[in-house]
Amino acid sequence: MSEPILSVRDMKVWFDVRDDEAGGIFPKTKKLKAVDGVSFDLMPGETLGIVGESGCGKSTLARSIIRLVKATSGEAIWMGRDLLKLSDADMLAVRKDIQMIFQDPLASLNPRMTCGEIIAEPLKTHFKGMGKAERREKVSMMLEKVGMDPAQINRYPHEFSGGQCQRIGIARALITNPKLIICDEPVSALDVSVQAQVVNLLMGLQEELGISLLFIAHDLSVVKHISDRIMVLYFGNVVEIGTAQQVIEDPQHEYTQKLIASVPIPDPRKEMERREIRRAKRAAS
Amino acid sequence: MNTSEVKGRSLWSDARRRFFQNKAAVAGLIALTLIVLISFIGPFFAVWSNETIDWDVMGSAATLGQPSFASGHYFGTDDLGRDLYSRVLQGTRVSLMVGVIGAGISVLVGTIYGTVAGYVGGRTDQIMMRIVDILMSIPFMFVIILLLVVFGRSIGMLFLGIGLLSWLDMSRIVRGQTLTLKNKEFVEAARATGVSTTTIIRRHIIPNLLGIVAIYATLLVPAMILTESFISFLGLGVQEPLTSWGALISEGAGTIRYDTEWQLIAPLIFFVITLFSFFFIGDGLRDALDPKDR
Repeated sequence: MSEPILSVRDMKVWFDVRDDEAGGIFPKTKKLKAVDGVSFDLMPGETLGIVGESGCGKSTLARSIIRLVKATSGEAIWMGRDLLKLSDADMLAVRKDIQMIFQDPLASLNPRMTCGEIIAEPLKTHFKGMGKAERREKVSMMLEKVGMDPAQINRYPHEFSGGQCQRIGIARALITNPKLIICDEPVSALDVSVQAQVVNLLMGLQEELGISLLFIAHDLSVVKHISDRIMVLYFGNVVEIGTAQQVIEDPQHEYTQKLIASVPIPDPRKEMERREIRRAKRAAS
Repeated sequence: MNTSEVKGRSLWSDARRRFFQNKAAVAGLIALTLIVLISFIGPFFAVWSNETIDWDVMGSAATLGQPSFASGHYFGTDDLGRDLYSRVLQGTRVSLMVGVIGAGISVLVGTIYGTVAGYVGGRTDQIMMRIVDILMSIPFMFVIILLLVVFGRSIGMLFLGIGLLSWLDMSRIVRGQTLTLKNKEFVEAARATGVSTTTIIRRHIIPNLLGIVAIYATLLVPAMILTESFISFLGLGVQEPLTSWGALISEGAGTIRYDTEWQLIAPLIFFVITLFSFFFIGDGLRDALDPKDR
C-alpha cells in the first residue's frame, strides 16, 4: 500500500479541570486526559471508523488534528508535514484539503445565511479571486451532487429537514475538493432511514472522488457499514484497531466485545433470546 | 435553472410577519411615527416660534395663555408667554434625538465591545468585563451632573454623559449571547475551514445577535429619554431657548398651582405616548424575534 495521507503519533490532549475534591480558596486544577496517546495511520481513499462510548475522546481527537482544540503533545503528519507545528498561514492552506461534517445538522448551519451562502463560504475563504457567478455555479453543481434541488439555493436552513441540512453540510465540506473529511457523528442526530441515505451518499461520493474519511460514531452498525478499518477508543486510549470485519466479528479486547454485545439486534425475537442468555449469565455469576 | 429558483424565507421576514400580527406593537409603531412626523411637520403650522414672547400674555398666562385656536397658541403658553405648541414640538425633537443617539452609541460600542470580549475570551474577556464592572459601579447620574456643571450645559456634553453610561449593559448582554453562539457548531465549522476571526464575528456572530440588540435598543431609547428628562427636570441638561420634555414637564409642574395645568399636560401627553409606544414596540420585537420564549 502507498504512503499514509495522515499519520497521528502519540496524540495527547489534556484539559485543566477544576478539582472539586481539593479544598482551598483558589480552585486547584487536575488534568483530564481526554485523549491520551493515540496513534493511527490513514491511507488515501480509506475510511477509518472511530468508535467508543460518549466522552471517550473521539471528537476531541478529531478536533485536535485540525487544531480546533489545542493538543498537549503528539504529531499529526499530513503529507509529510506536522499539522500541529504549522504556522497559521500554512495551516490555512491545509484546511482547504481537510474539511469537517458535524453532528447536529441544523446547528452546524448559520440560521441567518441561505444554503447557497453556507456552501460558498469555504470557496470565499480559499479561492478569493473567484467571481460570484462561478461560485454560484459551483454551489449549484454541488447541491445536485449531494442529491438536492439547486432551485433551493436561496432557502434558509430552518426550511430544510434534518437529512437535507446534513446534505448541505456535506456539500459545504466537498466544495473545496478536500482529500480528507472528518465526519463527527454525522448521522447520530438523524432518524434511521435518513441515516442510511446519508451514509450511502457519503460512500458513493467517497468512491467517486477518492476522499479519505475519518468517521466518528458511537453506532457500531453504521461504522461497520462504512469503514474499511475500525479503531476503538476507551477513555482516551486505543484499545483495538483493525479491519472492520476483524474488529466486529473477532474482537480481541474485552471492552470491544462488550461494546459489540450491546448493539441491539433489529429482530425482536433474537433480541429477546439474547436478553435471556444475558440474564442467565448474570444469575450464574 | 435560474428561472425556477425558490425564494427563501429568512428569519427576518418571519419575524416581520409576526411583528405585524401584534396589534399593540403596530399601534405603538403608528403612534410613534405620528409623533415623529408631527415634530418635524408641525412647526410649519405654528403661528408663534418657540423663542418669541407674546407680550400681551406675559405675566397673565393663567388667564390669557389658555390653549386656543384664535390666539394661535394651540397648546397655550408658558409663564413667559412663549408658545407651548412650538416649544413642545421642539422639545420632542431634542428628546427623541437624545434617545436615538444614546441608543445608537450603546448599540455600536456595546455590540463591538461585547462580541470581542465574548469571542476572544480568556484573559482579554476578564479584563474587558472588569472595566465594565468598574464603570458600572460609578454612580452615573452624579458623573453626568458633574460633567454638565464643570464643562457647562450643552447638548454635546449631555450626549457624552449619556453615551458613557448607555453601552455598559448592552456589552454585557451581547457578551453573554456571544458566549453561547461561539460554541455553536456553525462557528466551529467556519473555524475548521479557516475563516478569519474578524470575518467570523462579522458574518456569523453579529447577524445572530442583532435580534437581541434590536430588542434591547428599542427598550433603551425610552430609558435614555427618561434619563435626559430627569437631568432636565433637575434644571441641568438642555439650554434655553432649546428645551426638552423633561424641562417642559419640570416647568409645567412648577406652575401648576397657578391653574395653568395645560403647561404640564401638553408635554406630558407626548412624553407618555412616546414611552408607551417604545415599550410596545420593544415587546412586539421580542415576541417576533424569539418565538421560542413565548
